[in-house]
Amino acid sequence: MIAALRKELLLQWRTRAQAVAVFVFGATALLLFSFAIGPSANQLRQYAAGFLWLGLLLSSTLTLSEAFHAEMENHALEGLLLLPASARVLYYAKALANTIQLVFLGIALVPVMVVLYDAGTTRLLTILAIIVLGSAGVSAPGTLYSAMTSQARAKQTLLPLLLFPLIVPVLLASVKATSLAILGDPMQQGSSWMLLLLCFNAIYWSLCGLLFDRVVED
Amino acid sequence: MEELAIDASNLARRFGRRWAVAGVSFQLPRGKVMMLAGRNGSGKTTLLRILATAIRPDGGRATVGGFDIVKQKEEVRRHSALLSHYTYLYESLTARENLSLIANDNEEVLRRVGMIARADDPVSTFSAGMRKRVSFARVLLQKPEIAFLDEPFGQLDPEGFALVEDVVAELKASGATVVIATHQVDRVARFADVQLGLENGRIA
Repeated sequence: MIAALRKELLLQWRTRAQAVAVFVFGATALLLFSFAIGPSANQLRQYAAGFLWLGLLLSSTLTLSEAFHAEMENHALEGLLLLPASARVLYYAKALANTIQLVFLGIALVPVMVVLYDAGTTRLLTILAIIVLGSAGVSAPGTLYSAMTSQARAKQTLLPLLLFPLIVPVLLASVKATSLAILGDPMQQGSSWMLLLLCFNAIYWSLCGLLFDRVVED
Repeated sequence: MEELAIDASNLARRFGRRWAVAGVSFQLPRGKVMMLAGRNGSGKTTLLRILATAIRPDGGRATVGGFDIVKQKEEVRRHSALLSHYTYLYESLTARENLSLIANDNEEVLRRVGMIARADDPVSTFSAGMRKRVSFARVLLQKPEIAFLDEPFGQLDPEGFALVEDVVAELKASGATVVIATHQVDRVARFADVQLGLENGRIA
């Protein structure tokens, strides 16, 4: 598992120029969304969480659709599957690496959101926890679907078509929890949304891990 | 009675309507070197890939090292290694990093395949022959009891040819079984114990 995770992180590090491009894409999306709302500071703040997660979600499809690019180049994935290590280990290493990448992207997009939507908050640790849980909830099924679509010609279209309907609960819970962290949480509802995120993560990570070898094996 | 390394019975695999392997049966005792010969498209690669569990057969059954290639593929993989047409290497990783996925202690093997001087260079900077050498190192690191070598001489220079022959001899001396699919019939026939010809997916 450690060797597989190390390999994933190395591959991401060697293609870090792509991560910069994805961040720029996410930041641009946030900027364009802000134009749709207009100059009202109150409204901007109201919708900040939703647009942060939409920006992160759209950016994630760019990273996830390329997640298996290196594996397909020289049929490297087949080479890994022929080693005694279980396919599940490969899945968890890749999903974890994708989560880490999304978490960094989310952290980088937060200051952009604060500036563009006037959505400053002191609950940074809560926001970080939501980003970690939300990113994990996106990357678990995202990694599985990325493997499924990696050989398809229209993978960049196919991946969001398959992924978005599945992650609606994660997106909803992430937006609600982030919104409460930014706007205030007088009824203490934030923890319920985070619990929901945790539950969906448990379901996605276990189910996708079980299904992965069926997807990648001949 | 000799212990069998491979016991294949009526193996078949098709791609679309075309049968790439159509009912191949053979037995290979442990510790032998087998040459698999045949024209392009005769089914050599498909047969090796079925036996190495890279692809499933559509018919028939086989055991490799005593393990069923469909029901016990993890055991088959634990005891065998495949040198494929594909290099199985990550372009942006170095030779050493690629091999670290199998074993961290890969210095000796890198030296053995003549790649120690370029061990820390990315694979994307390698020639086809150098990639082949690193792929060979990958196989050696797996310490296979049964090695499937698909065109092991392809892209190699004369020094590389000698390396392949030495390694096959070493594997054989250690008791391993080696199956070589090749067009270099004369070269491999010198040290192969068993020869099998394929034509249109069947034993010729």
